[in-house]
Amino acid sequence: MKHSVVSLTINGTERQMLVAPGTTLVEVLRENQGLAGTRRGCDQGACGTCTVLVDGKAMMSCLLPVETIEGARVETIEGLTPMQGLHPIQEAFLEGFATQCGFCTSGMIMATAGLLARNPNPSRDDAVRAISGNICRCTGYEAIIDAVLDAAKRMQAAQRSEAA
Amino acid sequence: MAWLKGRGVAAVNYPTGMNLGGDPSQALIHATTTGGFVITLSSVDLGQGIKTVGAQIAAETLGVPYENVVIDTADTDTGPHCMGTFASRGTHRIGNAIMMAAREAREVMMSVAATELEVDPGDLVTDGKGRIHVNGAPDKGMSVVDVALAAHFKLGKTISGRGMYMKPKSEVVPETGEMDPDSCQAHACTVADVEVDDETGEVRVLKMTNAYEIGRAMNPALAHQQIVGGAWMGISHALYETTEPYYPDRAHGPTDFSQYLMPGPGDIAEMDSVIIERPSSNGPYGAKGIGEMTANSPIPAIANAIFDACGVRVTSMPFTPEKILRGLDALRGIAN
Repeated sequence: MKHSVVSLTINGTERQMLVAPGTTLVEVLRENQGLAGTRRGCDQGACGTCTVLVDGKAMMSCLLPVETIEGARVETIEGLTPMQGLHPIQEAFLEGFATQCGFCTSGMIMATAGLLARNPNPSRDDAVRAISGNICRCTGYEAIIDAVLDAAKRMQAAQRSEAA
Repeated sequence: MAWLKGRGVAAVNYPTGMNLGGDPSQALIHATTTGGFVITLSSVDLGQGIKTVGAQIAAETLGVPYENVVIDTADTDTGPHCMGTFASRGTHRIGNAIMMAAREAREVMMSVAATELEVDPGDLVTDGKGRIHVNGAPDKGMSVVDVALAAHFKLGKTISGRGMYMKPKSEVVPETGEMDPDSCQAHACTVADVEVDDETGEVRVLKMTNAYEIGRAMNPALAHQQIVGGAWMGISHALYETTEPYYPDRAHGPTDFSQYLMPGPGDIAEMDSVIIERPSSNGPYGAKGIGEMTANSPIPAIANAIFDACGVRVTSMPFTPEKILRGLDALRGIAN
């Protein structure tokens, strides 16, 4: 099987990479691009810690062979994080104690980003559904669900102040 | 067929630390040139919050702002010794070691300030905001930054401290089994409200009410989060997690993570928890350990609630639908 060149826009920058057949997005992000903020957990789509945005949608990067997403826009936790300070979702997680060991946190935040991109005003059920593919073994989820809802409020407030 | 409601109660007494061949942890602390304090540990923070609580203890003891303390959980090859993060011992053992190290460093810090200010060290106090001054005379003082600079560049001193806490090995009395295995005990009680589907054997936890007596809660937000997360883990142990066969044999059991059951964000129970503070005599600032205990009392509380709901006494974990249904069959006199 031959290697192939795949091109992806990762965190706003177009990247080309030579990959072996079947190479997954999480491998490319962590090993090839050095973006270790995306965690690699179960490698079989069960834990959600590798969640990133692909063309704006939250997806598990361990299940995506990069050849199948040629040309896609990929956003990781590094791309979400502003040069200074934190993204409103990160602020909500930090201030709401929604993180303990931190292994699920990048995935939870990217799942939240995917939710809020398509639904800026989610209900509690929407929040639960959005993170239901992501496992947390520390918090018991309560604080995370609260943080997702708080993040929605923070992003709406930020947009209002931008508009004003 | 119906959802049967039940309520169960369980309590736990949980030891802080354990009887090893001596149970030590050590901490080293030193000031940087600009008055930050670095604490070197081999203890690991895997999410339980020892870095946060350790920095709080150090800041309180040194009399400097929390932000001025950096915890470096270096590495077990190079750091001072720590037995590890287990037995709910971190806050107690490591916290005590940090406190002792910080006391020694504070003494040096105050003596340097006294030399610089030409006063007696006994007359000096810290304001907790980064200044040291003569008691009752806030203007006659200097910043911790200037104290650190003076120590490094003028007096040639290190502002540093060594701390260690060790629970000596307790020999067991062979005749009675008597020993002194722990340093203090934390206590808790859980009330679980559940409902049991008498047709499918499914158990839902509706509400968990917890009361925890954990000595002084060093950081109430972290302690509360430990209770909520631990209760979730207790529910998970009680109702979901197993690598053993479900029904009827191993071939139907989970084989990998995608089939290993645990409650998701849609399965959490309503949670109501209170913390009762009765300071311990030997923990740092009266703390006890609130670690592993949080996953304990939820499990028997759920078992008792299942018994209250449907009369089935489950005796092995997890309390799967199969076990509930077999129990219900037995109660109805149906052989299984």
